[in-house]
Amino acid sequence: MSKKTPLIKTQGLSVHYPLRATKLFGAPPVVRAVDGIDIEIAAGSFFGLVGESGSGKTTLGRALLRAAPITTGTIEYDDGEVSYNIENVGKADLKDYRKRAQLIFQDPYAALSPRMTVRDIIAEPLEVMGITKTREETDARVREIAAKCRLSLEHLRRFPHAFSGGQRQRISIARALVSNPKFVVADESVAALDVSIQADVLNLLKDIQHEMGLAFLFISHDLSVVAHVCDHVAVMYLGRLVESAPTRQLFAAPRHPYTRALLSAIPSLDPDDRGKAQKLDGEIPSPTNPPPGCKFHTRCPYVKDKCRIDEPSLVVEKGHGVSCHFWKELMPKG
Amino acid sequence: MSKKLMEVKNLSLQFKTDEGLITAVDNVSFSIAPGEVLGLVGESGSGKSVTAKSLMKLNPGNAVYGDDSQIILNLDGQEPIDIMKLHGSKELKVARGGSISMIFQEPMASFAPAITIGAQMVEQLLIHTDYNKVKAKKYSIEMLDRVGISDADKRFDQFAFELSGGMRQRAMIAMALSTKPKLLIADEPTTALDVTIQLQVIDLMKDLVKEFGMGILFITHDLGVIAQTADNIAVMYLGKLIEKGSVRDVLRNPSHPYTQGLIDALPRLDNLDAPLKAIDGDIPSPLERPPGCVFHTRCPADLGDVCHTQIPQFSAVNANHETACHLLTKEAAS
Repeated sequence: MSKKTPLIKTQGLSVHYPLRATKLFGAPPVVRAVDGIDIEIAAGSFFGLVGESGSGKTTLGRALLRAAPITTGTIEYDDGEVSYNIENVGKADLKDYRKRAQLIFQDPYAALSPRMTVRDIIAEPLEVMGITKTREETDARVREIAAKCRLSLEHLRRFPHAFSGGQRQRISIARALVSNPKFVVADESVAALDVSIQADVLNLLKDIQHEMGLAFLFISHDLSVVAHVCDHVAVMYLGRLVESAPTRQLFAAPRHPYTRALLSAIPSLDPDDRGKAQKLDGEIPSPTNPPPGCKFHTRCPYVKDKCRIDEPSLVVEKGHGVSCHFWKELMPKG
Repeated sequence: MSKKLMEVKNLSLQFKTDEGLITAVDNVSFSIAPGEVLGLVGESGSGKSVTAKSLMKLNPGNAVYGDDSQIILNLDGQEPIDIMKLHGSKELKVARGGSISMIFQEPMASFAPAITIGAQMVEQLLIHTDYNKVKAKKYSIEMLDRVGISDADKRFDQFAFELSGGMRQRAMIAMALSTKPKLLIADEPTTALDVTIQLQVIDLMKDLVKEFGMGILFITHDLGVIAQTADNIAVMYLGKLIEKGSVRDVLRNPSHPYTQGLIDALPRLDNLDAPLKAIDGDIPSPLERPPGCVFHTRCPADLGDVCHTQIPQFSAVNANHETACHLLTKEAAS
């Protein structure tokens, strides 16, 4: 299975946003939102992307959809039917790519037009992209996808205000899936939902992934959610990938000090675990002025001189990538 | 030391709207002792924020409090004060910023954007203490320093937008504590923060409780945060308290089906194979409050008639754990 070509493959992908010049001379400052990322997303997999706010995970997701300007690097897309180089894809091909790659937004209250019925919301991509020719065809397709997302015919006639958060998120999912995409970016798709409903939406995404053979890029700040749904997890910090591994491997033996700190910071349900969490000092630095060397060195509890000068690159060993100079020495014994 | 700092008795609250009276809080009673952290948990729409605002009478003009609602504040060496009986901003000064302070979820929204952090801190000290301007400034800078803000004297002259999210929440805490309140209401104080910053803020709050010895009402939807901070816990659903007790008892042996469901719906890191269990259905609209037990529409243990018609009363599970569920009374009877 390792020889299969990945659905999405990026090399050295960077998204830099120039800021307004503050000085008369010299180059204007640049925000390095995403900086030299290499990832591979296999067809039909559930790929998790984790990091704190400001780590660049949303920008990376958008760059993969060509919704953020790509500064350097390549993105190869290959679903067996077509293959594109996303970073310089032509207009006609990009239009086709839009059918194959879709986005589910975070806030189900902002993502749906209050003036359209649910049926129209779900049908809109079909009409805009010219996927269906007749109204009957559109209706049939809408009904099919609505049923998959557990929306009834009665629901289709109503307006979004009549629905709760969980139901709205199911409508957003139906709209994203109606063009039969191969790749879906789900950006914090359950972050706005209550826990009792979150589980329901996660289970739905999982079912749909199995049924339709989709690949998901699941962006989240919540490691425990990612642990439950994803096959592979990548951890980002200040625009860089710090760790990337199959989920079980990553959670069983996290290699990067940042990943370990993130895991330890999740509040445990056991009241007797108080004070056991490993605390990170400080906050994520500004991406306009990232620290030299390892980006994490300003907060790393194990920082050494080398970390302040040399930036580590992602070293992959047994399918588990980590970018830390000293990860081997830092692994807990046993 | 049996004297409670605050006793809330039979608090009921309805909102007048065009569609009629909406019940937001229904017969809620709890108490907080000095130095106690009480966690109030519930999903969105459960009425937890409205309950908290009632303690300061901060709800909007269309709020109608129940006739027998009482909020008793016991201060050392003073007659008990019933906040419900106070009217007008002069009388309510003791509840608003004097003996009770509040920290909000979104610190950006709770600082005035066009006034410096320092000016806002000094203003409230001038109102609630007998400090003059010079002393108030000196004390405010000390407080900023105490909550771990570096360069406190510089930050004093900055605006809220110049601080990062974690920093703003620290400043908010410094401001809330500078009047030395006896009770601190923290409404989702860490929800907008990243896990690593959340951990810092939680640790800070624990230190401050030890130092200042005040009681805290900690409102959150995150059971993990409660497990790590609270002494006691009260679970709310659709405006009613359904279970309360010591944090260990309630989290280890939840006896209300809703609390059990909430705990089961949480993705756990210690068992990645456990399927995520959602609670069926959605929270009913407050316009259509179910009769009988408010949870019966989603309850997996629905007993039929009793649950649909009779409101369950609290009964003791053990000395420091109470639950309002017909299952318990049924077990006791048989």
